[in-house]
Amino acid sequence: MTETKSGSNLEKVLTAGHFAFTGECGPPKGANVEHLQKKFQYLKGNVDCVNMTDNQTAVVRMSSLAGSALMVSQGLEPNFQMVCRDRNRLAMMSDILGAYALGVRNMLCLSGDHQTFGNHPEAKNVHDIDSMQLIAMVKKMRDEGKFLNGEEIDVPPKMFIGAACNPFADPYEFRVHRLATKIAAGADFIQTQCIFNMDKFRDFMKQVVDMGLHERCYILAGVTPMKNAGMANFMSKYVPGMDIPDSLIKRLKGVDKRDQAEEGILFALEQIAEFKEMEGVAGVHLMAIEWEHKVPEIAERAGVLPRP
Amino acid sequence: MIVADRKSLDEILGMVADKDKILILGCKGCVTVCNVGGLKEAEILAASIKIARKKEGTDIEIDTQALERQCDNEYVSQIKDSVADYQAVVSMACGVGPQFLSEMYPDHVFYPAVNTTFFGGAVQHGVWEERCAGCGTCGIHLFGGLCPIARCAKSLLHGPCGGSSNGICEVHKDTACIWDAIVKKKMETGHLEDLAAVKPFKDWRTARDGGPRRSIREELVKGNI
Repeated sequence: MTETKSGSNLEKVLTAGHFAFTGECGPPKGANVEHLQKKFQYLKGNVDCVNMTDNQTAVVRMSSLAGSALMVSQGLEPNFQMVCRDRNRLAMMSDILGAYALGVRNMLCLSGDHQTFGNHPEAKNVHDIDSMQLIAMVKKMRDEGKFLNGEEIDVPPKMFIGAACNPFADPYEFRVHRLATKIAAGADFIQTQCIFNMDKFRDFMKQVVDMGLHERCYILAGVTPMKNAGMANFMSKYVPGMDIPDSLIKRLKGVDKRDQAEEGILFALEQIAEFKEMEGVAGVHLMAIEWEHKVPEIAERAGVLPRP
Repeated sequence: MIVADRKSLDEILGMVADKDKILILGCKGCVTVCNVGGLKEAEILAASIKIARKKEGTDIEIDTQALERQCDNEYVSQIKDSVADYQAVVSMACGVGPQFLSEMYPDHVFYPAVNTTFFGGAVQHGVWEERCAGCGTCGIHLFGGLCPIARCAKSLLHGPCGGSSNGICEVHKDTACIWDAIVKKKMETGHLEDLAAVKPFKDWRTARDGGPRRSIREELVKGNI
Protein backbone atom coordinates (compact mmCIF):
# COMPACT_ATOMS: atom_id res chain seq x y z
CA MET A 1 0.00 0.00 0.00
CA THR A 2 1.32 3.44 -0.92
CA GLU A 3 2.01 5.62 2.06
CA THR A 4 -0.35 8.56 2.19
CA LYS A 5 0.21 11.96 3.73
CA SER A 6 -2.96 11.89 5.77
CA GLY A 7 -4.82 8.70 5.13
CA SER A 8 -7.96 10.68 4.32
CA ASN A 9 -10.56 9.21 2.03
CA LEU A 10 -10.22 12.16 -0.31
CA GLU A 11 -6.49 11.61 -0.59
CA LYS A 12 -7.02 7.91 -1.30
CA VAL A 13 -9.60 8.65 -3.99
CA LEU A 14 -7.34 11.17 -5.69
CA THR A 15 -4.10 9.20 -5.47
CA ALA A 16 -5.90 6.16 -6.89
CA GLY A 17 -6.71 8.28 -9.93
CA HIS A 18 -10.47 8.48 -9.42
CA PHE A 19 -12.40 11.62 -10.38
CA ALA A 20 -13.11 13.17 -6.98
CA PHE A 21 -16.52 14.50 -6.02
CA THR A 22 -16.68 16.60 -2.87
CA GLY A 23 -19.59 18.41 -1.21
CA GLU A 24 -20.20 21.25 1.15
CA CYS A 25 -22.26 21.80 4.26
CA GLY A 26 -22.73 25.03 6.16
CA PRO A 27 -23.10 24.61 9.92
CA PRO A 28 -26.28 25.95 11.51
CA LYS A 29 -26.80 29.43 12.97
CA GLY A 30 -27.19 27.79 16.32
CA ALA A 31 -26.48 24.51 18.00
CA ASN A 32 -29.06 22.60 15.99
CA VAL A 33 -27.32 19.25 15.63
CA GLU A 34 -30.45 17.58 14.33
CA HIS A 35 -30.60 19.92 11.35
CA LEU A 36 -26.94 19.30 10.61
CA GLN A 37 -27.39 15.53 10.80
CA LYS A 38 -30.28 15.76 8.35
CA LYS A 39 -28.01 17.54 5.87
CA PHE A 40 -25.33 14.88 6.41
CA GLN A 41 -27.72 12.19 5.25
CA TYR A 42 -28.04 13.80 1.81
CA LEU A 43 -24.27 13.86 1.45
CA LYS A 44 -23.33 10.49 2.91
CA GLY A 45 -22.19 8.07 0.23
CA ASN A 46 -22.64 10.63 -2.52
CA VAL A 47 -19.40 12.58 -2.05
CA ASP A 48 -15.82 11.77 -1.00
CA CYS A 49 -15.66 14.41 1.68
CA VAL A 50 -17.68 17.40 2.80
CA ASN A 51 -16.40 20.93 3.39
CA MET A 52 -17.48 22.27 6.77
CA THR A 53 -17.47 26.02 6.30
CA ASP A 54 -15.92 28.40 8.83
CA ASN A 55 -18.22 31.35 9.57
CA GLN A 56 -18.69 31.75 5.83
CA THR A 57 -19.51 35.24 4.57
CA ALA A 58 -18.42 36.34 8.06
CA VAL A 59 -21.74 35.26 9.57
CA VAL A 60 -21.49 33.56 12.96
CA ARG A 61 -22.38 29.90 12.89
CA MET A 62 -21.51 26.77 14.82
CA SER A 63 -17.73 26.36 14.69
CA SER A 64 -16.33 24.45 11.74
CA LEU A 65 -14.27 22.35 14.14
CA ALA A 66 -17.37 21.22 16.06
CA GLY A 67 -19.25 20.69 12.79
CA SER A 68 -16.38 18.61 11.45
CA ALA A 69 -16.26 16.50 14.61
CA LEU A 70 -20.02 15.89 14.37
CA MET A 71 -19.48 14.80 10.80
CA VAL A 72 -16.79 12.32 11.84
CA SER A 73 -19.14 10.91 14.46
CA GLN A 74 -21.73 10.31 11.74
CA GLY A 75 -19.26 8.41 9.55
CA LEU A 76 -18.82 11.22 7.03
CA GLU A 77 -15.43 12.64 6.08
CA PRO A 78 -15.08 16.39 6.71
CA ASN A 79 -12.91 18.93 4.97
CA PHE A 80 -12.37 21.28 7.90
CA GLN A 81 -12.30 24.89 6.68
CA MET A 82 -10.19 27.41 8.54
CA VAL A 83 -10.04 31.16 7.87
CA CYS A 84 -7.36 33.62 8.94
CA ARG A 85 -9.90 36.27 9.91
CA ASP A 86 -10.93 34.90 13.30
CA ARG A 87 -7.85 33.21 14.79
CA ASN A 88 -4.23 34.05 15.44
CA ARG A 89 -1.48 31.47 14.93
CA LEU A 90 -1.89 30.09 18.47
CA ALA A 91 -5.59 29.42 18.04
CA MET A 92 -5.01 28.01 14.56
CA MET A 93 -2.37 25.49 15.60
CA SER A 94 -4.38 24.54 18.63
CA ASP A 95 -7.54 23.98 16.55
CA ILE A 96 -5.58 22.00 13.95
CA LEU A 97 -4.35 19.66 16.68
CA GLY A 98 -7.84 19.47 18.13
CA ALA A 99 -9.35 18.71 14.74
CA TYR A 100 -6.85 15.96 14.10
CA ALA A 101 -7.45 14.48 17.53
CA LEU A 102 -11.17 14.38 16.72
CA GLY A 103 -10.56 12.46 13.50
CA VAL A 104 -10.34 15.25 10.92
CA ARG A 105 -7.92 14.46 8.09
CA ASN A 106 -8.55 17.18 5.47
CA MET A 107 -8.47 20.90 5.85
CA LEU A 108 -9.00 23.90 3.61
CA CYS A 109 -6.87 26.98 4.29
CA LEU A 110 -8.60 30.28 3.53
CA SER A 111 -8.18 34.01 4.14
CA GLY A 112 -11.88 34.44 4.97
CA ASP A 113 -14.49 36.90 3.81
CA HIS A 114 -14.02 40.32 5.36
CA GLN A 115 -16.13 40.86 8.46
CA THR A 116 -17.83 43.92 6.97
CA PHE A 117 -19.87 41.51 4.82
CA GLY A 118 -21.13 39.57 7.78
CA ASN A 119 -23.49 40.02 10.69
CA HIS A 120 -20.92 41.48 13.09
CA PRO A 121 -19.26 44.15 10.96
CA GLU A 122 -18.03 45.93 14.13
CA ALA A 123 -15.68 43.03 14.89
CA LYS A 124 -11.90 43.30 14.98
CA ASN A 125 -10.24 40.98 12.51
CA VAL A 126 -7.07 39.02 13.13
CA HIS A 127 -5.07 38.21 9.97
CA ASP A 128 -2.01 37.33 11.99
CA ILE A 129 -1.00 35.12 9.07
CA ASP A 130 -2.55 34.80 5.61
CA SER A 131 -3.90 31.79 3.75
CA MET A 132 -0.56 31.14 2.02
CA GLN A 133 1.21 31.00 5.37
CA LEU A 134 -1.57 28.88 6.85
CA ILE A 135 -0.90 26.29 4.16
CA ALA A 136 2.83 26.40 4.95
CA MET A 137 2.10 26.14 8.67
CA VAL A 138 -0.09 23.03 8.32
CA LYS A 139 2.57 21.46 6.12
CA LYS A 140 5.28 22.20 8.67
CA MET A 141 3.16 20.72 11.45
CA ARG A 142 2.51 17.61 9.35
CA ASP A 143 5.84 17.00 7.63
CA GLU A 144 8.32 18.31 10.18
CA GLY A 145 6.20 17.58 13.23
CA LYS A 146 6.92 21.06 14.51
CA PHE A 147 5.08 24.13 15.66
CA LEU A 148 5.88 27.42 13.96
CA ASN A 149 8.43 28.21 16.65
CA GLY A 150 10.28 24.98 15.90
CA GLU A 151 9.14 23.07 18.99
CA GLU A 152 8.35 19.40 18.51
CA ILE A 153 4.71 18.34 18.29
CA ASP A 154 3.78 15.28 20.33
CA VAL A 155 1.83 13.40 17.60
CA PRO A 156 1.73 15.73 14.59
CA PRO A 157 -1.54 16.32 12.74
CA LYS A 158 -1.44 14.50 9.41
CA MET A 159 -3.70 16.65 7.30
CA PHE A 160 -4.42 16.51 3.58
CA ILE A 161 -3.94 20.18 2.79
CA GLY A 162 -6.42 22.06 0.68
CA ALA A 163 -6.50 25.62 -0.60
CA ALA A 164 -8.87 27.74 -2.62
CA CYS A 165 -8.37 29.44 -5.94
CA ASN A 166 -10.52 32.03 -7.64
CA PRO A 167 -9.63 32.23 -11.32
CA PHE A 168 -12.26 34.93 -11.81
CA ALA A 169 -10.87 37.60 -9.50
CA ASP A 170 -8.53 40.31 -10.72
CA PRO A 171 -5.85 40.73 -11.86
CA TYR A 172 -6.52 37.63 -13.97
CA GLU A 173 -2.95 37.31 -15.28
CA PHE A 174 -1.71 36.85 -11.71
CA ARG A 175 -4.17 34.13 -10.67
CA VAL A 176 -2.20 31.20 -12.01
CA HIS A 177 0.95 32.50 -10.31
CA ARG A 178 -0.88 32.82 -7.01
CA LEU A 179 -2.04 29.23 -7.45
CA ALA A 180 1.57 28.17 -8.09
CA THR A 181 2.64 29.78 -4.81
CA LYS A 182 -0.13 27.97 -2.93
CA ILE A 183 1.11 24.69 -4.35
CA ALA A 184 4.72 25.58 -3.49
CA ALA A 185 3.56 26.43 0.04
CA GLY A 186 2.19 22.91 0.42
CA ALA A 187 -1.33 22.63 -0.97
CA ASP A 188 -2.14 19.03 -1.88
CA PHE A 189 -5.47 19.89 -3.45
CA ILE A 190 -7.27 22.97 -4.67
CA GLN A 191 -10.98 23.69 -4.70
CA THR A 192 -11.83 26.53 -7.03
CA GLN A 193 -14.38 29.25 -6.57
CA CYS A 194 -17.77 28.50 -8.21
CA ILE A 195 -17.25 28.38 -11.95
CA PHE A 196 -19.87 29.85 -14.26
CA ASN A 197 -17.73 31.45 -16.96
CA MET A 198 -16.55 28.30 -18.72
CA ASP A 199 -14.57 30.13 -21.42
CA LYS A 200 -12.45 31.84 -18.82
CA PHE A 201 -11.99 28.64 -16.83
CA ARG A 202 -10.87 26.72 -19.94
CA ASP A 203 -8.28 29.41 -20.55
CA PHE A 204 -7.20 29.32 -16.90
CA MET A 205 -6.79 25.55 -16.93
CA LYS A 206 -4.70 25.79 -20.07
CA GLN A 207 -2.29 28.04 -18.17
CA VAL A 208 -2.33 25.61 -15.23
CA VAL A 209 -1.51 22.68 -17.51
CA ASP A 210 1.15 24.65 -19.41
CA MET A 211 2.88 25.37 -16.11
CA GLY A 212 2.51 21.72 -15.05
CA LEU A 213 0.69 22.70 -11.85
CA HIS A 214 -1.88 19.92 -12.27
CA GLU A 215 0.92 17.39 -11.84
CA ARG A 216 1.91 18.82 -8.48
CA CYS A 217 -1.56 19.23 -7.01
CA TYR A 218 -5.12 17.94 -7.48
CA ILE A 219 -7.46 20.59 -8.84
CA LEU A 220 -11.16 20.28 -8.10
CA ALA A 221 -13.45 22.50 -10.13
CA GLY A 222 -16.09 24.37 -8.14
CA VAL A 223 -19.70 23.86 -9.23
CA THR A 224 -22.76 25.56 -7.76
CA PRO A 225 -26.14 24.72 -9.25
CA MET A 226 -28.30 27.81 -9.62
CA LYS A 227 -31.74 27.49 -8.04
CA ASN A 228 -33.22 30.21 -10.20
CA ALA A 229 -32.41 33.34 -12.23
CA GLY A 230 -32.81 35.48 -9.10
CA MET A 231 -29.96 33.63 -7.39
CA ALA A 232 -27.75 34.15 -10.43
CA ASN A 233 -28.57 37.84 -10.47
CA PHE A 234 -27.92 38.20 -6.77
CA MET A 235 -24.60 36.38 -6.87
CA SER A 236 -23.51 38.39 -9.87
CA LYS A 237 -24.28 41.68 -8.17
CA TYR A 238 -23.48 41.10 -4.53
CA VAL A 239 -21.01 38.25 -4.07
CA PRO A 240 -17.41 39.48 -4.46
CA GLY A 241 -15.27 37.63 -6.97
CA MET A 242 -18.17 36.00 -8.87
CA ASP A 243 -18.13 35.92 -12.65
CA ILE A 244 -21.57 35.01 -13.96
CA PRO A 245 -21.98 35.44 -17.70
CA ASP A 246 -25.14 37.14 -18.96
CA SER A 247 -25.70 34.08 -21.17
CA LEU A 248 -26.31 31.94 -18.07
CA ILE A 249 -28.72 34.45 -16.54
CA LYS A 250 -30.53 34.65 -19.91
CA ARG A 251 -30.68 30.85 -20.12
CA LEU A 252 -32.28 30.62 -16.68
CA LYS A 253 -34.69 33.46 -17.42
CA GLY A 254 -35.54 31.79 -20.73
CA VAL A 255 -37.45 28.97 -19.06
CA ASP A 256 -40.56 29.05 -16.94
CA LYS A 257 -39.93 29.96 -13.27
CA ARG A 258 -40.95 26.44 -12.21
CA ASP A 259 -38.28 24.97 -14.48
CA GLN A 260 -35.41 27.28 -13.56
CA ALA A 261 -34.07 24.95 -10.87
CA GLU A 262 -33.94 22.09 -13.36
CA GLU A 263 -32.22 24.37 -15.87
CA GLY A 264 -29.66 25.30 -13.20
CA ILE A 265 -29.02 21.63 -12.50
CA LEU A 266 -28.72 20.89 -16.23
CA PHE A 267 -26.04 23.58 -16.55
CA ALA A 268 -24.18 22.11 -13.57
CA LEU A 269 -24.38 18.62 -15.11
CA GLU A 270 -23.01 19.92 -18.41
CA GLN A 271 -20.17 21.51 -16.49
CA ILE A 272 -19.38 18.32 -14.58
CA ALA A 273 -19.39 16.32 -17.84
CA GLU A 274 -16.89 18.75 -19.33
CA PHE A 275 -14.69 18.79 -16.20
CA LYS A 276 -14.45 15.00 -16.33
CA GLU A 277 -12.74 15.37 -19.68
CA MET A 278 -10.81 18.59 -19.03
CA GLU A 279 -7.05 18.18 -18.78
CA GLY A 280 -5.76 19.03 -15.32
CA VAL A 281 -9.09 18.75 -13.52
CA ALA A 282 -9.00 15.96 -10.90
CA GLY A 283 -12.54 16.30 -9.63
CA VAL A 284 -15.49 18.48 -8.84
CA HIS A 285 -16.33 20.35 -5.66
CA LEU A 286 -20.11 20.68 -5.53
CA MET A 287 -21.31 23.63 -3.50
CA ALA A 288 -25.07 23.14 -3.40
CA ILE A 289 -25.73 26.15 -1.18
CA GLU A 290 -28.61 25.34 1.19
CA TRP A 291 -29.61 22.73 -1.38
CA GLU A 292 -27.94 19.69 0.14
CA HIS A 293 -31.04 17.55 -0.50
CA LYS A 294 -30.37 17.88 -4.23
CA VAL A 295 -26.87 16.37 -3.95
CA PRO A 296 -27.97 12.72 -4.29
CA GLU A 297 -29.87 13.55 -7.49
CA ILE A 298 -27.04 15.63 -8.96
CA ALA A 299 -24.45 12.96 -8.11
CA GLU A 300 -26.63 10.29 -9.68
CA ARG A 301 -27.33 12.24 -12.86
CA ALA A 302 -23.65 13.32 -13.11
CA GLY A 303 -22.72 9.64 -13.21
CA VAL A 304 -20.31 9.87 -10.30
CA LEU A 305 -21.98 7.15 -8.23
CA PRO A 306 -21.15 4.88 -6.58
CA ARG A 307 -18.25 6.64 -4.93
CA PRO A 308 -15.04 4.61 -4.69
CA MET B 1 1.56 62.55 9.19
CA ILE B 2 -1.08 61.65 11.71
CA VAL B 3 -4.54 62.23 10.28
CA ALA B 4 -7.59 62.97 12.38
CA ASP B 5 -11.27 63.88 11.99
CA ARG B 6 -13.10 66.43 14.13
CA LYS B 7 -15.63 64.96 16.49
CA SER B 8 -19.20 66.11 15.98
CA LEU B 9 -20.20 69.38 17.60
CA ASP B 10 -22.85 67.54 19.61
CA GLU B 11 -20.30 65.18 21.11
CA ILE B 12 -18.00 68.06 22.07
CA LEU B 13 -20.93 70.07 23.47
CA GLY B 14 -21.78 67.05 25.59
CA MET B 15 -18.24 66.92 27.00
CA VAL B 16 -18.32 70.53 28.12
CA ALA B 17 -22.01 70.74 28.99
CA ASP B 18 -21.37 71.61 32.64
CA LYS B 19 -18.44 73.97 31.98
CA ASP B 20 -18.65 77.70 31.49
CA LYS B 21 -14.99 78.58 30.93
CA ILE B 22 -12.80 76.45 28.68
CA LEU B 23 -9.66 76.60 26.59
CA ILE B 24 -9.63 75.10 23.11
CA LEU B 25 -6.06 74.12 22.47
CA GLY B 26 -4.90 73.54 18.90
CA CYS B 27 -1.67 71.93 17.76
CA LYS B 28 0.53 73.28 14.98
CA GLY B 29 1.74 69.79 14.01
CA CYS B 30 0.01 67.17 11.86
CA VAL B 31 -3.53 68.25 12.73
CA THR B 32 -2.84 71.74 11.39
CA VAL B 33 -1.58 70.22 8.14
CA CYS B 34 -4.67 68.07 7.79
CA ASN B 35 -6.89 71.06 8.56
CA VAL B 36 -8.55 69.64 11.64
CA GLY B 37 -6.86 70.95 14.74
CA GLY B 38 -4.83 74.10 14.15
CA LEU B 39 -5.55 77.59 15.50
CA LYS B 40 -8.04 78.28 12.70
CA GLU B 41 -10.04 75.15 13.47
CA ALA B 42 -9.85 75.90 17.21
CA GLU B 43 -11.40 79.31 16.57
CA ILE B 44 -14.12 77.83 14.37
CA LEU B 45 -14.95 75.27 17.05
CA ALA B 46 -15.00 78.00 19.73
CA ALA B 47 -17.43 80.07 17.67
CA SER B 48 -19.68 77.05 17.06
CA ILE B 49 -19.77 76.13 20.75
CA LYS B 50 -20.49 79.74 21.76
CA ILE B 51 -23.38 79.99 19.30
CA ALA B 52 -24.86 76.67 20.45
CA ARG B 53 -24.56 77.59 24.12
CA LYS B 54 -26.00 81.06 23.53
CA LYS B 55 -29.04 79.42 21.91
CA GLU B 56 -29.43 77.26 25.01
CA GLY B 57 -29.13 80.36 27.18
CA THR B 58 -25.99 79.03 28.92
CA ASP B 59 -23.22 81.31 27.76
CA ILE B 60 -19.69 79.96 27.83
CA GLU B 61 -16.35 81.75 27.90
CA ILE B 62 -13.81 80.23 25.51
CA ASP B 63 -10.20 81.10 24.82
CA THR B 64 -8.23 79.61 21.97
CA GLN B 65 -4.55 78.93 21.56
CA ALA B 66 -2.32 76.60 19.54
CA LEU B 67 0.87 75.03 20.80
CA GLU B 68 3.80 74.31 18.52
CA ARG B 69 3.28 70.61 19.28
CA GLN B 70 1.24 68.87 21.96
CA CYS B 71 3.45 65.79 21.77
CA ASP B 72 6.40 67.61 23.27
CA ASN B 73 6.61 68.52 26.96
CA GLU B 74 8.64 71.62 26.14
CA TYR B 75 5.57 73.09 24.45
CA VAL B 76 2.96 71.49 26.69
CA SER B 77 4.59 73.30 29.63
CA GLN B 78 3.77 76.64 28.02
CA ILE B 79 0.24 76.58 29.48
CA LYS B 80 1.37 75.93 33.06
CA ASP B 81 0.47 79.43 34.21
CA SER B 82 -2.91 79.58 32.48
CA VAL B 83 -4.33 76.05 32.65
CA ALA B 84 -5.84 76.66 36.11
CA ASP B 85 -7.93 79.52 34.69
CA TYR B 86 -10.14 77.01 32.87
CA GLN B 87 -12.58 74.36 34.06
CA ALA B 88 -11.49 72.17 31.17
CA VAL B 89 -9.23 72.14 28.12
CA VAL B 90 -10.43 70.77 24.79
CA SER B 91 -7.44 69.49 22.85
CA MET B 92 -7.56 69.49 19.08
CA ALA B 93 -4.36 67.47 18.76
CA CYS B 94 -4.18 63.78 17.88
CA GLY B 95 -4.63 61.29 20.72
CA VAL B 96 -1.11 62.04 21.92
CA GLY B 97 -1.94 65.63 22.88
CA PRO B 98 -4.62 65.13 25.56
CA GLN B 99 -2.40 62.47 27.14
CA PHE B 100 0.72 64.61 27.34
CA LEU B 101 -1.50 67.33 28.80
CA SER B 102 -3.12 64.95 31.32
CA GLU B 103 0.27 63.63 32.38
CA MET B 104 1.75 67.10 32.93
CA TYR B 105 -1.36 68.55 34.59
CA PRO B 106 -2.91 65.63 36.51
CA ASP B 107 -5.38 67.86 38.39
CA HIS B 108 -6.99 69.21 35.23
CA VAL B 109 -9.51 67.85 32.77
CA PHE B 110 -8.68 67.45 29.07
CA TYR B 111 -11.12 66.39 26.36
CA PRO B 112 -10.24 65.15 22.85
CA ALA B 113 -11.96 67.16 20.12
CA VAL B 114 -10.78 64.88 17.32
CA ASN B 115 -10.76 61.19 16.49
CA THR B 116 -7.26 60.15 15.48
CA THR B 117 -7.56 57.94 12.45
CA PHE B 118 -4.34 56.95 10.68
CA PHE B 119 -0.84 57.68 9.37
CA GLY B 120 -1.27 58.98 5.87
CA GLY B 121 -1.21 61.89 3.52
CA ALA B 122 -3.38 64.03 1.26
CA VAL B 123 -4.06 62.46 -2.14
CA GLN B 124 -6.04 65.49 -3.28
CA HIS B 125 -7.23 68.69 -1.68
CA GLY B 126 -9.44 67.63 1.20
CA VAL B 127 -8.86 63.88 0.89
CA TRP B 128 -6.41 61.93 3.06
CA GLU B 129 -5.59 58.26 2.80
CA GLU B 130 -3.89 55.75 5.06
CA ARG B 131 -0.41 54.62 4.07
CA CYS B 132 1.22 53.17 7.18
CA ALA B 133 0.06 50.88 10.00
CA GLY B 134 3.09 51.54 12.19
CA CYS B 135 3.80 47.82 12.44
CA GLY B 136 7.39 48.47 13.40
CA THR B 137 8.96 46.25 10.72
CA CYS B 138 8.86 48.07 7.42
CA GLY B 139 9.01 45.95 4.28
CA ILE B 140 7.42 48.19 1.67
CA HIS B 141 10.40 47.68 -0.65
CA LEU B 142 9.32 44.03 -0.98
CA PHE B 143 5.97 45.09 -2.41
CA GLY B 144 6.91 47.66 -5.01
CA GLY B 145 6.92 50.44 -2.44
CA LEU B 146 3.27 49.84 -1.47
CA CYS B 147 2.28 48.57 1.97
CA PRO B 148 -0.17 45.65 2.08
CA ILE B 149 -0.19 45.61 5.89
CA ALA B 150 -1.77 49.06 6.04
CA ARG B 151 -3.57 49.10 2.72
CA CYS B 152 -5.01 45.59 2.26
CA ALA B 153 -8.17 45.10 4.33
CA LYS B 154 -6.86 41.65 5.30
CA SER B 155 -3.16 42.65 5.52
CA LEU B 156 -2.40 39.86 3.07
CA LEU B 157 1.23 39.21 2.20
CA HIS B 158 0.44 37.11 -0.87
CA GLY B 159 -2.64 38.83 -2.25
CA PRO B 160 -4.79 39.82 -3.96
CA CYS B 161 -7.66 37.90 -2.41
CA GLY B 162 -10.56 36.49 -4.38
CA GLY B 163 -12.59 39.64 -3.90
CA SER B 164 -10.36 41.96 -5.92
CA SER B 165 -12.33 43.29 -8.87
CA ASN B 166 -11.17 45.79 -11.49
CA GLY B 167 -8.57 47.18 -9.13
CA ILE B 168 -11.12 47.82 -6.39
CA CYS B 169 -11.15 46.28 -2.91
CA GLU B 170 -14.21 44.16 -2.11
CA VAL B 171 -14.61 45.93 1.21
CA HIS B 172 -15.24 49.44 -0.14
CA LYS B 173 -15.91 50.70 -3.65
CA ASP B 174 -13.77 53.81 -3.03
CA THR B 175 -10.75 51.81 -1.92
CA ALA B 176 -8.15 50.65 -4.39
CA CYS B 177 -7.06 47.02 -4.12
CA ILE B 178 -3.44 47.62 -3.18
CA TRP B 179 -2.55 44.10 -4.25
CA ASP B 180 -3.84 44.83 -7.73
CA ALA B 181 -1.44 47.79 -7.81
CA ILE B 182 1.45 45.75 -6.39
CA VAL B 183 0.96 42.95 -8.93
CA LYS B 184 0.64 45.35 -11.85
CA LYS B 185 3.79 47.21 -10.83
CA LYS B 186 5.73 43.96 -10.53
CA MET B 187 4.45 42.84 -13.95
CA GLU B 188 5.30 46.15 -15.60
CA THR B 189 8.80 46.14 -14.18
CA GLY B 190 9.33 42.45 -15.00
CA HIS B 191 9.74 41.40 -11.39
CA LEU B 192 6.70 39.20 -10.87
CA GLU B 193 8.94 36.45 -9.49
CA ASP B 194 9.44 38.65 -6.40
CA LEU B 195 5.93 37.62 -5.35
CA ALA B 196 6.41 33.89 -5.90
CA ALA B 197 7.98 32.86 -2.60
CA VAL B 198 6.09 32.35 0.65
CA LYS B 199 6.98 35.30 2.87
CA PRO B 200 8.34 34.76 6.38
CA PHE B 201 5.73 34.85 9.13
CA LYS B 202 5.48 38.38 10.41
CA ASP B 203 6.79 39.15 13.87
CA TRP B 204 4.06 41.30 15.35
CA ARG B 205 6.00 42.05 18.52
CA THR B 206 7.17 45.29 16.91
CA ALA B 207 3.55 46.25 16.27
CA ARG B 208 1.00 47.16 18.94
CA ASP B 209 0.60 43.42 19.62
CA GLY B 210 3.84 43.47 21.59
CA GLY B 211 2.35 45.97 24.03
CA PRO B 212 2.84 49.76 24.14
CA ARG B 213 6.06 50.64 22.36
CA ARG B 214 9.05 52.77 23.27
CA SER B 215 11.75 54.10 21.01
CA ILE B 216 15.04 54.75 22.77
CA ARG B 217 17.93 56.62 21.19
CA GLU B 218 20.77 56.03 23.62
CA GLU B 219 22.97 58.81 22.25
CA LEU B 220 20.22 61.33 22.93
CA VAL B 221 19.41 59.89 26.34
CA LYS B 222 23.07 60.18 27.34
CA GLY B 223 23.15 63.73 26.05
CA ASN B 224 25.91 63.04 23.56
CA ILE B 225 24.01 64.73 20.75
